[in-house]
Amino acid sequence: MTTSKTIPETGFAARRATASAVRSRRAGRILRRIPVWILIAVLLIVVLYPQFWMVMGSFKTQTEFLSNPTWSLPQYWDFNNYIQALTTGNVAVNYRNSILVTVPSVMLILILGVAAGYALEVMVWRGRNPVLLLILGGIMVPGQMILVPLFTFYFKIGITDSLWPMIITYTVDGLPLTTFLMAAYFRSVPREVFEAATMDGSGPLRSFFNIGIPLMRNAILTVALVEFFSIWNDLLVALTFTTDPSLATIQVGLLSLNDQYGSTQYGPLFAAVSINIVALLIVFIFLNKRIMSGLAAGSLKG
Amino acid sequence: MKRVFGDRKTIIILLAPTLIIYVLLKIVPVMWSLGLSFFEGNTLSGFSFVGFANFGKFFTDPIAIQSLWVSIIFAILATGGQIILGYLLALLYVFVLRKGSAFVRTAVFFPMVLPTVAVALLFRNLVSVGQNQGPINDIINFFGGKSVEFLASNVGTMTVALLMTYWSSMGFYAVLLYTGLLDIPEEVIESARLDGANGVKLIRHIIVPLSLPILISSIIFSFNSTLKVFDSLLALNNGGPGTSTTPLTLYMYQTAFNYSDYGYASTIALMLTILCLLFTLAIFRSSSRKAES
Repeated sequence: MTTSKTIPETGFAARRATASAVRSRRAGRILRRIPVWILIAVLLIVVLYPQFWMVMGSFKTQTEFLSNPTWSLPQYWDFNNYIQALTTGNVAVNYRNSILVTVPSVMLILILGVAAGYALEVMVWRGRNPVLLLILGGIMVPGQMILVPLFTFYFKIGITDSLWPMIITYTVDGLPLTTFLMAAYFRSVPREVFEAATMDGSGPLRSFFNIGIPLMRNAILTVALVEFFSIWNDLLVALTFTTDPSLATIQVGLLSLNDQYGSTQYGPLFAAVSINIVALLIVFIFLNKRIMSGLAAGSLKG
Repeated sequence: MKRVFGDRKTIIILLAPTLIIYVLLKIVPVMWSLGLSFFEGNTLSGFSFVGFANFGKFFTDPIAIQSLWVSIIFAILATGGQIILGYLLALLYVFVLRKGSAFVRTAVFFPMVLPTVAVALLFRNLVSVGQNQGPINDIINFFGGKSVEFLASNVGTMTVALLMTYWSSMGFYAVLLYTGLLDIPEEVIESARLDGANGVKLIRHIIVPLSLPILISSIIFSFNSTLKVFDSLLALNNGGPGTSTTPLTLYMYQTAFNYSDYGYASTIALMLTILCLLFTLAIFRSSSRKAES
């Protein structure tokens, strides 16, 4: 085990050691560090190289794919594949749909979920615990359970040829977790904060807008990121309610792009996947701390 | 004070929209789906009551049983792998890299935010054979092996699906478990070390028991998400070859939307829900028994 070897000795022996012993010990520590560095290098190559390989592939021409070794770098920085993916492959339409679905869904989830969290945690009334439990139960039920009834319902009210079925379904799917997380965040705020506001003559609804929401700014951003990624990356709901290719989100688009090009046209496929990698990487570079803690909190409390 | 925070009007304004949407579009559909599992047919052809026939059909339908096993085996292997890899990474972050682990932690986490469909397409190409052979088979060739057509067999497809799951989610579980390990007080580890516990012994007797709660919640979370595996197996090989890697979720989807059998699809969805509940309960019970002893 490398763990035990690299733990520095802090016992009495170290204190009694002579200067030369300290020096050889330091050399020994560097030597013992080598396996750790190799391990880290392998880990990073395994994680990063496939992504790098995909992005490099997006610049290759079809001939380069077929005749050059897969390890080779592209000969030119050729954006042709991107142009082809965005125009003929409908990837641009897919992105527009993904944005048109994800942004309203996340907004709706936040507006409804933050308000419900406040009503369930800050407000005091009989029956709030059963209601919270009822909502918690919703997190446990797989999305598959409601797909068929919802599909029938949307069909009956005649909205299946729009993006609304996806927006509504994502909102319903995201609400329980958001309400639950927001209730938990409101619980961590000392009650005195809201009580003091009441002393100053603020009604509970005004306290919600003037104190509750500003206090929850960070929590709201965290929950927004959790919901953004789960909706942006979803395939099941999107596939179910894509009744027409013009409604396809980016995930459905990628799936059909694979069927369409499959083993014939690698460039546009690599480009379409690379747009995903690069776009999310940019988001991740700026918000990685919040994304990591948010996704972790979302799973542990859920 | 109580009266102010018990104001009916405020509660209704803030809670009613969520509650109405939740009841109408979640609870009612769940009940509806439960009811549908006793019927056969779809909206266009009409429904006929068949009692428990759908449940009987489920247990005699070879594809249903096969997809049940695909889901269970995938969930067990995926959970086992990603928890073990995540835990090892978390130990690496806490005890070896310590303060310097931020970059590695972030880099290994990143694939988690990539869409599963994109990751599946990436792995399809990594393991591809033929004219445009991917790097994995190049490595196999380099060590003198013959190219392997992973996606031509069910074992190969499952292997690739599991590897891509580990690849994309081990960093996430590492961060999850890392936060748990950070909560262990420094003094506890230090005093155990003074008592002569080191290496594997220290991990087995001190660190694992102390991080057990977060380990259990991670396992439950992992089972609940991997039992619902859908995107990866669909995008990787369309549940094939044939139907040999079709999970329950995909079979349910196909039954409902390709074969328009809403009743039977609802039965499959119900089975999936029961499966998730059973696994959660089983882990809870075994962990509480362990905590007692």
